[in-house]
Amino acid sequence: MKISLATVGFAVPLIAGLVLAFIGHPVVQAPPQPVTASAPAGSLSAAAAPPATSGFVLNSVSVELPTSDTAFPGGAKADAITANCLSCHSAGMVLTQPDLSKAAWTGIVEKMIHAYKAPVAETDVAAIVDYLQETKGAK
Amino acid sequence: MTRTTRRSFLGQAGLGGLMIVSGAGWGDTASAQSTVDLPLPGGPDRRAMTTAFPQKGPMILQRTRPPLLETPFEVFDRGVFTPNDAFYVRWHWAVIPTEIDVASFRLSVRGHVDKELSLSLKDIVDGLPRVELAAVNQCSGNSRGFSEPRVAGAQWANGAMGNARWMGVKLKDVLDRAGVKPGAVAVRFAGLDEPVVADAPKFMKSLSLDHARDGEVMIAYAMNGEQLPLLNGFPLRLVVPGWYSTYWVKMLDRIEVLATPDESFWMKSAYLVPDTPGANMKPGQTGLAMVPITSMVPRSFITNLKGGETLKAGAKVAVRGIAFGGTTGVKAVDLSTDGGATWQPTVLGKDEGKYGFRQWQTEVTPPAGDLALMVRCTNDDGLAQPMTNNWNGSAFMRNGVETLQVKVA
Repeated sequence: MKISLATVGFAVPLIAGLVLAFIGHPVVQAPPQPVTASAPAGSLSAAAAPPATSGFVLNSVSVELPTSDTAFPGGAKADAITANCLSCHSAGMVLTQPDLSKAAWTGIVEKMIHAYKAPVAETDVAAIVDYLQETKGAK
Repeated sequence: MTRTTRRSFLGQAGLGGLMIVSGAGWGDTASAQSTVDLPLPGGPDRRAMTTAFPQKGPMILQRTRPPLLETPFEVFDRGVFTPNDAFYVRWHWAVIPTEIDVASFRLSVRGHVDKELSLSLKDIVDGLPRVELAAVNQCSGNSRGFSEPRVAGAQWANGAMGNARWMGVKLKDVLDRAGVKPGAVAVRFAGLDEPVVADAPKFMKSLSLDHARDGEVMIAYAMNGEQLPLLNGFPLRLVVPGWYSTYWVKMLDRIEVLATPDESFWMKSAYLVPDTPGANMKPGQTGLAMVPITSMVPRSFITNLKGGETLKAGAKVAVRGIAFGGTTGVKAVDLSTDGGATWQPTVLGKDEGKYGFRQWQTEVTPPAGDLALMVRCTNDDGLAQPMTNNWNGSAFMRNGVETLQVKVA
């Protein structure tokens, strides 16, 4: 399913022209027409087309969500973070983070354990923080 | 339309596995076919573009599980309503139902009420007055990736926002049907998503009773004329016009009227901002009172030009974009080409409702050289975007005047 940007019209509504003429503000192109509620490009429209009556029909949904195949780089150094952190979130959460101080990473790991109840083995905490510091540590 | 920032990464790398092994620098790779570079200071800036998510077109992949999907910014140039298949996605917990049966789904209303309710979708859609409202849904941390110094969290550029025409019923009508008992103070909302770890705090948010009964807060069953995509909260989502998306609970299936203030984790310990003007503080500053984030503040963006592109010297060029006022409408959007010393008004597009996006447009005839285009929204309360961005530890409520750097030759 692709969004076809080429199909979006750039019409020039008369009213906009009148407004511009009144204000006297030079404009070379009106903004694109808002995508109307009845026909958003590229969306699944068949499933929700309302009948002629006033009712709005909802249809059951069954989908599959993709899984991530991204691994933490670094070989054995990543063992602790791989073992403890991937049950709640994929690795991309970490790999997209900016470089942060060791204190910040320590605080994040502590927050995962205490606020979000991540079942991290106590013996692995240091290895996880070390990995984050090495991979995503502020230089 | 050419996406100059997209390129085929897999094609260049030759092997999908190479990306994973070499690893560093980008996020999850679910069905990555191309990448986009977000201009985040200090990086990492590369993200995969993904089409792997149900009911979604190409999205910027911030995280696969639980999904964080950002709207590609060029979508915002197409009009004020963000298409459902391009609307951003943000989930806290990874246990998300993938099958919803409309016949068996129930919304419960419990707690400090005269009569507990268990409403079917038919009860809601056919049994209560229908309302429609255009409103911006924006993540509290939209634009977090631009915050300096950088902070942890979803590293969004500016695409964790969208505007839709929401259709549903008034929360007030549902509460009235249950009958709120005297002494109630708040209403709490939760959905079908669950934490992976059993004793982790389930995602719940609450509003004051007065806010919940203001007649604008809505239980939506449609956006832009269609049922909600599952990842945007099918079948029901709370719509809290003017407030950050953290309150817009997805897959809403339980409403609880409370006789005491909500002390649960997601109200008391998360989504807090410093109780200062603009939620602004200094990095490292301590001792500030922290309060729950609430209503949105005005923002505006240029949508038809990209940073770094080259314009023709001496030629008129259209500049246009979108703006929103937060809790009220857009009064004005002004453009500056001299670093904010002087501002020229822009022409506003059709008003689709005070809580929604409003298009604006103008034109400039720049001389050769570097050009900084600054855009500033002032809302109907007279509140204007600040010239400098705020900073706080979660990078919430960012709304400084945006500057787009282009070259003119």
